[in-house]
Amino acid sequence: MKKKQIVVLASIVLVLLFVMGSFLFKDRQQDTLSSLARKNADALVREHSQTMGSASAKVAIVEFMDPGCETCRAFDPFIKQMMAAYPGKIKLVIRYAPLHQGADYAVALLEAARKQGKYWETLQVMYDTQPNWAAHHNPQPQLIWQFLPRIGLNVERLKKDMNDPEITRLIGQDMADARTLKVTKTPGFFVNGKPLVSFGYEQMQALVEAELRANY
Amino acid sequence: MNMINVDRSANTDWVILFFCWLIASVSMLGSLFFSEIMGFAPCVLCWYQRICIYPLVLIFGIGLFSFDAGVIKYSRPLAIAGWFIALYHTLLYSGFLPKSIQPCSEGVSCTEKYIELFGFLSIPLLSLLSFSAIIALLYILQRRISS
Repeated sequence: MKKKQIVVLASIVLVLLFVMGSFLFKDRQQDTLSSLARKNADALVREHSQTMGSASAKVAIVEFMDPGCETCRAFDPFIKQMMAAYPGKIKLVIRYAPLHQGADYAVALLEAARKQGKYWETLQVMYDTQPNWAAHHNPQPQLIWQFLPRIGLNVERLKKDMNDPEITRLIGQDMADARTLKVTKTPGFFVNGKPLVSFGYEQMQALVEAELRANY
Repeated sequence: MNMINVDRSANTDWVILFFCWLIASVSMLGSLFFSEIMGFAPCVLCWYQRICIYPLVLIFGIGLFSFDAGVIKYSRPLAIAGWFIALYHTLLYSGFLPKSIQPCSEGVSCTEKYIELFGFLSIPLLSLLSFSAIIALLYILQRRISS
């Protein structure tokens, strides 16, 4: 009888230790990542970073993303909804963390489309058609081409602009910044420099609303 | 007098098995902490070792509830299989074996260094120590029961 109790008690103690350890670790991680973002504030937004929304908006969401990432695609409408709910108060800054295979190619395409003033339209097309070209076992970013004429992009010009060495440099800079800020998964969000450590819709909403309250 | 001795001996056997269970449980929770909380992706070899250690938690646990010497027979193959994988992994990790023969060229690297406690205790070495301790305790238990 007593022995069974020992086993049960030991199990409970082990599980409690695990849970406590998790909380401690998450707490410490939150501190580390926040102070990293504070110390490297210049790594959050670069000159080349594309921004959506009013320039005077006081809540800036920085998103480290990859056009081939499913969660980025799933999260995108949610961000847009928040921006629509608080017009002029939230802006979105796109940074690249092309972690998926073939993502560099998609990012280069996107940056080339920017030269034709169709950045956001192209990103939307990439998200919409993502299942067609970004399958994990077989990513084929070159399949994106067939979807581009529908938004009126000049494909010939796009092909030329894609090879601009400036784009390679820009991707390299974004990846270096992602490493500096310890963004290892996409999407990686920062709201006014505060990292979203525990990932989820509610957590993101809470973080954005806290910043809205603090700034408006 | 004799009854008391038998009783005490049985108690020691139970305690030895309890330590086997404790090592397996700590190993399991530790590996889950590394992967789920700290976010270290487990490589292929880590998964094979997990396959060996996780069932041991249940097998030892059942053996503890109604002390059953058969537990040695059922747990030893898993412990030994896990030990060999852990040994291979440790040798690979420490560079004794050339990297070209590792089976995990794609996905997560088996030789990427995540943590090294006290400067030398890597995750594969922790695993090897766990399996070694379990095998040693099972051996002692076997000797005690059969004598």
